[in-house]
Amino acid sequence: MALQQITLHVNGEDHNLTVRSADTLLFVLREKLGLTGSKPGCLNGDCGACTVNVDGWPMKSCLMLAIEAVGKQVTTIEGLHNTPIQQAFVEEFAFQCGYCTPGFIMNCHSLIEQHPDADGQTIKEWLESNICRCTSYIEIEKAVKSVLRKD
Amino acid sequence: MLPFDFDYYRPETLQEAVELYQKQAGQGKQVIFFSGGTELITLGRIDLAYVDAVIDIKGIAECKIIKSEGSQLLLGSALSLTQIEEANPFPLLTKVASEVADHTARGKITLGGNICAQIFYREAVLPFLLADSQLMIVGPEGIKTVQIHEIFQGQLQLKRGEMLVQTATDRRFIEAPFYAVKRRQQWDTGYPLITLAALKIGQEIRVAISGLCPFPFRSAELEAHLNRWGQAAESRIAGALSVLPKPILDDVEGSAEYRIFVLRNLLYDALSVLEGSRV
Amino acid sequence: MEVIGKSVIRKEAWDKVSGRARYTNDFQSVGMLSAQMVISPYGHAKIAGIDTSKAWQVPGVRAILSGKRYPLTGEAIRDRPPIAVDKVRYHGEPVAVVVADTPSQAKTAADLINVKYELLPVVNSPTQAFQKGAPLVHEHLGEYKKEEDSLPVPGTNIATHIKIRKGDMEQGWAESETVVEASFSFAPSDHAAMETRCATAEIQPDGTIIIMTSSQAPFMVKRLLADYFDEDMGKIIVHTPLVGGAYGGKAAVQLEVLAYLASKELGGKPVKLFNTREEDILTSPCHIGLDATVKLGADRNGKIKAAEIRYLWDGGAYSDKAIDVTRSGTVDCTGPYNIANVWCDSYCMYTNHPYAAPFRGFSHSELSFAIERTMDLLAQKLNIDPLQLRYLNAIMPGDTTPTRVRLTKSNVGDLRKCIEKLRELIQWDEGPIKVINDRFIRVKGVSCSWKTSTIDPNAPSGAILTFNRDGSINLMSGVVEIGTGTKTILAQILAEKLKMDVDKVHVRMEVDTQTTPEHWKTVASRGTYMAGRAVLEAAEDVIRQLKEVAACVLRAPEEDLEVGGSRVFLRDDPVIGLHFKDICYGYKYPNGNTIGGQIIGRGNFVLRHLTGLDPETGEGKPGPEWTPAAYGVEIELDRRDYTYRLVKACTVLDIGRVMNQKAAEGQVMGAMSMGLAFAGRETFYFDDLGRVLNPQLRTYRPLRYGENPEYVVGFVETPQLDSPYGARGAGEHGLMGMPGALGNALSLAAGVQLNHLPLIPELIWRAKEAKHHASL
Repeated sequence: MALQQITLHVNGEDHNLTVRSADTLLFVLREKLGLTGSKPGCLNGDCGACTVNVDGWPMKSCLMLAIEAVGKQVTTIEGLHNTPIQQAFVEEFAFQCGYCTPGFIMNCHSLIEQHPDADGQTIKEWLESNICRCTSYIEIEKAVKSVLRKD
Repeated sequence: MLPFDFDYYRPETLQEAVELYQKQAGQGKQVIFFSGGTELITLGRIDLAYVDAVIDIKGIAECKIIKSEGSQLLLGSALSLTQIEEANPFPLLTKVASEVADHTARGKITLGGNICAQIFYREAVLPFLLADSQLMIVGPEGIKTVQIHEIFQGQLQLKRGEMLVQTATDRRFIEAPFYAVKRRQQWDTGYPLITLAALKIGQEIRVAISGLCPFPFRSAELEAHLNRWGQAAESRIAGALSVLPKPILDDVEGSAEYRIFVLRNLLYDALSVLEGSRV
Repeated sequence: MEVIGKSVIRKEAWDKVSGRARYTNDFQSVGMLSAQMVISPYGHAKIAGIDTSKAWQVPGVRAILSGKRYPLTGEAIRDRPPIAVDKVRYHGEPVAVVVADTPSQAKTAADLINVKYELLPVVNSPTQAFQKGAPLVHEHLGEYKKEEDSLPVPGTNIATHIKIRKGDMEQGWAESETVVEASFSFAPSDHAAMETRCATAEIQPDGTIIIMTSSQAPFMVKRLLADYFDEDMGKIIVHTPLVGGAYGGKAAVQLEVLAYLASKELGGKPVKLFNTREEDILTSPCHIGLDATVKLGADRNGKIKAAEIRYLWDGGAYSDKAIDVTRSGTVDCTGPYNIANVWCDSYCMYTNHPYAAPFRGFSHSELSFAIERTMDLLAQKLNIDPLQLRYLNAIMPGDTTPTRVRLTKSNVGDLRKCIEKLRELIQWDEGPIKVINDRFIRVKGVSCSWKTSTIDPNAPSGAILTFNRDGSINLMSGVVEIGTGTKTILAQILAEKLKMDVDKVHVRMEVDTQTTPEHWKTVASRGTYMAGRAVLEAAEDVIRQLKEVAACVLRAPEEDLEVGGSRVFLRDDPVIGLHFKDICYGYKYPNGNTIGGQIIGRGNFVLRHLTGLDPETGEGKPGPEWTPAAYGVEIELDRRDYTYRLVKACTVLDIGRVMNQKAAEGQVMGAMSMGLAFAGRETFYFDDLGRVLNPQLRTYRPLRYGENPEYVVGFVETPQLDSPYGARGAGEHGLMGMPGALGNALSLAAGVQLNHLPLIPELIWRAKEAKHHASL
């Protein structure tokens, strides 16, 4: 029981895997599926660099066991292709080193999905969950607002 | 990275969950009920938590309930704080919960998990303390409903094998005027220096506090001082501050004296908001 | 200018927004083992015994390194055992390294290693370290191998002492009618790059050592590994892919050494060592702390006549880069002011704290806090507008620096212009204070800074250009892409020089020390200047070769040819010309004869005229140019609660030339954000045992979204004549003035002198309480 056979549904595909019950979703995404876009920044749920989308909501993949994700739709940064929020991050220079970027984008993506008309307060509440050490957040604010407005 | 292995179970009924617990514990294993699991993951990785078996209660219908039943609001212990905020059935709870950790983490942190947390802030309990809620507990002896004040003294006094299933809160508390604020060491993120929640029932003001002591509390003595109508706010607050439980936290978030300074002002604000011109 | 100055999209942009961008820890090969450190739980303790027997029983464990005496490491002084022996000197110091098949096995085993410690008295601040009779962090300081300009004092905790003796202090004080003096302090803190440090090592059967590391200094890794362990330098290959934030913290060489030792222990098997966040904060080097005393004297007009300064830097347990930081803080010790008489003693102190790495600004945000707070005290005492006092004393061409470098129109930017522009941007003339109501007050504070980059006098940078057969160009530079966008700027420099489409320039992001020309280190805002010069030289080289071939084919003298639009053509008749693709691999005549051949451009740059410092007076030329800046911070203080909100932060700096508008603004704003977090919240909290009490991001708190103020960035452009297109360093400067400006704003708002960081509400409350009690 410490090892389990599970099926994870990630980026539209099913994957049959053997995992430890104690493995986090982040570990399995990176080490078993090679999806290294989700980044380990603290492994403690503090920084948001590993954020993915689970059933439409943002999730810190270091705070979720892989077995908890069974039966859920997991989307990682690799599952986004040319979305408006990615485009906006590029145009607004909303990243520098890029390490927090996948997590930030996945959180923004979830916000846009759940609250396309989010106001400033809601944006703040959501995006407080991630740390960007390089930018001033102004660029990220511009990027996410530009997409929310378009919706 | 958890450096230990554990067995993982996901029962679908309360009975199954309780039986699983007893069976595992009977084999001498360290077992926990697990809903959000964030503490197991974060404390486990730094060797402050250990288990042999995990019983995930998220598949149990009773633990996921959001429902009005008669005059009561029922909230399942495995609801995530985000689910509660989005549904917003209890505005004071929404307000207090929305200051816990951060938004994404609250998608994983559950109501029961926060109330039963090792990390001692347990802010989600404050609204239930104010609302004299009932807690539904399940354990080897079956289901029981207990008045929160009988079972929550700093932390939930669960016996081995028991778990929190639901909270039941009377509608008149849910609709009552409230005030809640979380003050941190600096700016808008971090653990609480003081989290204060207050409720006005009729003419009576109730307050519950986290971050002042290494446990959240509501104190009848303190409230008695606050509700001494004849007196000026200053002396009522001074009275309240004279009967604080001990110890007062004195740590990297803030010194004990500073916490009291902060609390004094927050009490003043609570009285101002809830009593309007009377202060 | 076609390309310079434009907001050219960063070359690696789409990789970074799609998750394809790879960092050191994203590379994992089958068979790569995982290393886990065991770290000291105490600040200072004797190691009485290490029991690894239980750890060896964990399945998957392949090696345990502990208790062995390896060669000492460290840059300025070889004072640091890679793995502690005899005693531990800081909380977080590695005492053992376990290597196992998986990370969780390594962790399980590491937890089972039992280390017995006997506590030793802790040196918990540089001031304490400086006191006579303080416990010694290093008992054998005199016996260490060291760089010539490291000046440790055996029998003390002084790792180095750097002096400035400029002018005549007696005369300076005699001319000063007004004198102010104050002391300042703050504890070490952290860089908190989102990517924690990571290194892998593998030694191939032929002895080739392959390192991959998240580093700002891959070439230094190569040199130091060769040096420390007597390895053949040519057999060390260091790879550095994209780096997830660095801010100076990844200029130090640490995990690479441990990964190398672990691999060596296992016959060369590949080993990865990836810091947890806690290790990254505790074990790897941190942001330096400082205790400072500043005394300034001015005449009745506000002209500063004398400065006496003592800096006690908290270098931590090992000197490594702290000695260079100390030196850098000494050469610019006065801030950007023209002062004829300067006396400065700057000490790098050993303490039982995590040791220091460079931190964005390299000592300048730290010293600026002390200097700029004192400037406000002086303004107050003189009853002069604080911005005017700075304007009056601003250092200008013709003046000399504390190390007596004569400033010119090129080697220093125009601080007065920066101040003027700041004055407008923050509406200074409205006055610094706006009372909102009984409780709330909005207050502005200002500050200034300057910085030169004190890097090795012979620090090199090189560039290589190769062509693809479609005429596009590959650019190779040893600059590491740490987030600053420098590699995109280099592409812009090349495109501008060749007058070609920047999209036709391909930049190699990864550095490997075998095939990439060396760039000393990606530090000190020197990428654009040094690598840019190398790229320009390489571009000239390419132009020369292109013209040589084209001249032959076109039967025209080289002097008549121009390069532009990926073509070489006749200046007077541009229709006649050749596309790069037709000549970059040689020109082939219709009959098959070919002339020319593959064109490879090369360029290099080395700084000129730099010198060491005179050990008695400090005289010398430590850096090539000074970028000055002026800052304003506006806060809203709640006078009842002493909480405050950041309203606006402004930086105006003389950038020489804006190379990429959005990238430049991003650098400055990001630096301000980091500076405000450092000033307002970030610090290590130590207990009596020297333990850091907040080694997680939930207790060590960088700024979060929405806590930031509005940012305003202004640029002045006084070209640095020897830099590509006149650009000056700009990556660090936004940070440097934030602590001073925030401290000045809050001190004015609260009516107390706030001389410690971080500026949290409790600090203000404490100062108010103390004042209140004093007045009772």
